[in-house]
Amino acid sequence: MAVQFSLNGRETEFDGAGDMPLLWYLRDYAALTGTKFGCGIAACGACTVHVDGKAVRACVTPISSVADKVVTTIEGLATDGQLHPVQQAWIEEDVPQCGYCQAGQIMAAADLLARDGNPDDGSIAGITNLCRCGTYPRIRRAIKRAAGLLAASKHA
Amino acid sequence: MSSAVTRRDFLRVTSTSLGGLVATSFLPSTFANRAATAEPAWLRDAVQLFVRVEPDERVFIGARGPEIGQGVRTSLPMLIAEELDVSWDQVTVEQLPYGVVAADTTAGVDTKYGAQRAGGSTAIPQSWLEMRQVGARVRELFVQAAAQAWGVDAAKLTTKLGYVIGPGGQRSSYGKLAPLANTLSVAAHPLPLKSPTAFHTIGTSTMVTDARDIVTGRAEYGIDGAVEGRLVAVVERSPYLDGEVESYDDSATLAVAGVRHVVVLPVPSKTAFTEHLAAGIAIVADDTWSAMQGRKALKVKWRTGSWSADDTDTFRDTAHSALQLDGEVARADGDITTARTEASQVVEAEYFQPFLAHATMEPMNATIALEQDRALLIASLQAPAAASSLISKLTGIDRLNIEVRLPRSGGGFGRRGQNDFVAEAVHIAMAVNKPVKLIWSREDDIRNDWYRPSGAHGMTATLDTQKKLTGWVHKVAATDRRFRIPYLAGRDPWFTCLDADAFPAGCVPNYLATFTAVPFGLPLGWWRGPLPTFVAFANQAFMDEVAHAAGADPVEFRLALLGEPRELKYKGHGGPVFHTGRLATVLQRAARKIGYGRDLASGHGIGVAAHFVFGAYSAHAMEVSVENGELKIHRCVCAADVGVPVNPLGLDAQLSGGTIDGISTTLYQEVTVKDGQVVQSNFPDYRLLASAAAPDVEVDIVPSDYAPAGAGEMGTPTVAPALVNAIFAATGKRIRRLPVGDQLKT
Repeated sequence: MAVQFSLNGRETEFDGAGDMPLLWYLRDYAALTGTKFGCGIAACGACTVHVDGKAVRACVTPISSVADKVVTTIEGLATDGQLHPVQQAWIEEDVPQCGYCQAGQIMAAADLLARDGNPDDGSIAGITNLCRCGTYPRIRRAIKRAAGLLAASKHA
Repeated sequence: MSSAVTRRDFLRVTSTSLGGLVATSFLPSTFANRAATAEPAWLRDAVQLFVRVEPDERVFIGARGPEIGQGVRTSLPMLIAEELDVSWDQVTVEQLPYGVVAADTTAGVDTKYGAQRAGGSTAIPQSWLEMRQVGARVRELFVQAAAQAWGVDAAKLTTKLGYVIGPGGQRSSYGKLAPLANTLSVAAHPLPLKSPTAFHTIGTSTMVTDARDIVTGRAEYGIDGAVEGRLVAVVERSPYLDGEVESYDDSATLAVAGVRHVVVLPVPSKTAFTEHLAAGIAIVADDTWSAMQGRKALKVKWRTGSWSADDTDTFRDTAHSALQLDGEVARADGDITTARTEASQVVEAEYFQPFLAHATMEPMNATIALEQDRALLIASLQAPAAASSLISKLTGIDRLNIEVRLPRSGGGFGRRGQNDFVAEAVHIAMAVNKPVKLIWSREDDIRNDWYRPSGAHGMTATLDTQKKLTGWVHKVAATDRRFRIPYLAGRDPWFTCLDADAFPAGCVPNYLATFTAVPFGLPLGWWRGPLPTFVAFANQAFMDEVAHAAGADPVEFRLALLGEPRELKYKGHGGPVFHTGRLATVLQRAARKIGYGRDLASGHGIGVAAHFVFGAYSAHAMEVSVENGELKIHRCVCAADVGVPVNPLGLDAQLSGGTIDGISTTLYQEVTVKDGQVVQSNFPDYRLLASAAAPDVEVDIVPSDYAPAGAGEMGTPTVAPALVNAIFAATGKRIRRLPVGDQLKT
């Protein structure tokens, strides 16, 4: 039976294998390759996307489980051509090195900021996404910068 | 190959790689005579292939190297922009594909853009003059064009950020001059380059050029390569080194929806790692998930190979025992035997380092399309020339008809210096007669790597009655890096495992470095700072032991040994000289920055280490404590002199990231083998540091006028020794075997 869900704001349907992880649906069928494969066992977070606004690891999320839910990937994080504050902060802090894990890091950070508008290092340490290049110090700075941008946009 | 063909070839390539951009004003296709000079032929032919100026003053600059996270897509075009004399704000960077021009001549393969590889931190040193010459010669075209247009002597003209300026104050932009410049000939000889005092781009912190694509998910990596009609392949490989398929049952696999083919790969050579590494069976399907399901359903019986009884515990014991042998002498100064006899004190210690995997964030993959006489490869690569050569060898397709694209790469660290995954993809594509995207799982990646060599170090130091160092012995008993790798056959037996010229060589009168090879079946490869990481740990940790034995301060002891600033001979990569003063400087700066010598909180300790890394000088200073067996890093300083810092912001990233890589490695990482099979498989048992444990890294870049070394490998080698020295300072416990693992708990 086909699975229906919202993908980056568009109503979407998939009638393939229900146990296919969301990751492989996104990459192989939706041509959304910004979500990356890193480990396949929810250990690294390179595949992090939002389901109903919460960060999940798409490599272990069966497509059938997102029925009637709202899926947002890195490609859908910016709205109306306007970068999400986390994306903006990521550029300003010059975070990426190889860049491969960064979509997942950004999705995890956006989720954190939605729950905690002023995260400290302890709160940021709750993000367990792995970065092989070791960009963590700049990630911490970018998340704090993004918190500032978010706060400013709410006051504006 | 005529220059005209080269030119058309470029136009064809760019018109596809630009993805719809209209190329309105390419610079000219006029080529100077190929006069015999010392400089490479490609430089004279290819200058214009790197630069395009549009009428609206946008400047497109080509990046030639594979971007694996080391920042060359930003830093190499910066070198061109500097001498071209344009504002970085005008610049859009385009990735150049691999540019083979003429295949396998006696002089090697001729390429359009010169060296296109990532390895050994060579991109910046190799490009430092080449890319600046490219910029200078294109700039000269605009100067000549303005001279012609204005009827003035070109020598009277200057340029400033995209404009040519005349003696009477005339100004014309590069965009306006481009049509005329297109008709002129490029200088066939090296042009003078800017004085560093005039640099506006080199030395200026510059952000990652395609950061916006990365943060929006649009940046293309090898794994994202899209080819019409491709199938997806995964491979079930022999878990045993040198294992083979004895029998298999693919009936359940072929019953999985979406699975199209099952392909038995050729058994790889038992004498040379030249193609793929392991015997295996490919499952080829419509999509990745189907292929993975098909793989799970496959039943294979493996025949174990000649290494099936081997394990790394035995290897470690063997390596330590082998330190008792004389070994092959890599360097001998003075008379170490007499030094030992006459010593008032002899210090000895043995160290051990494990095999390491690379665990690039992007697992190995390759997308390949083969036609009768053409091939297209999209993959994350560090050695595209070797990939092109391999495809040609396996398929018989002329290298001129093999297109190799260079998308971003999700990390390299030396892993992608090999193309075994490309060989697998070629074999599969040939068997199924369709384009194939091969994807490795993380488990495949950890278990089928070209591992960083492993082995033991036997260190001896002799001190005289004044506690002065009189002798130093560094014996290594380790894997032979040349094992089954034909192109390394001419290298020294101790290649990448023993650095005969490493400090304190040349600073101590009696010195001996020896090597004994210890056989083991794992394939061995490059790994971020392969030789420096292997050497610096034992060398700089032992230096600490010797300083303590001599009752000296570890920093002062090293500085005294380094002595007067002077150049010593250095035969390896990064030579021909090693400058004692530059190493002393990074050590002093790291010590100063961390506040070495200040009163520390109870239980805290500071450790230092310094090492010469491929032409650069690195030092770390760490402040740590250990509570209940848990290590905490309170401060972490990295000082480095890499020569002129081309992009300080990128250099900071490399040094900071390299440091965190070093901490991961020192604390957690080892690949072990049991019963001829790799034990580790994924991040839970091959750990990377996560944010919670990753310290902020305080980077101190030494201002320098020396020609630049690279940056990618300089932040890692001194981490392990600084960390274990800090652990000793904090706890009195010496860690001599890596990884640290749970050694602090006992």
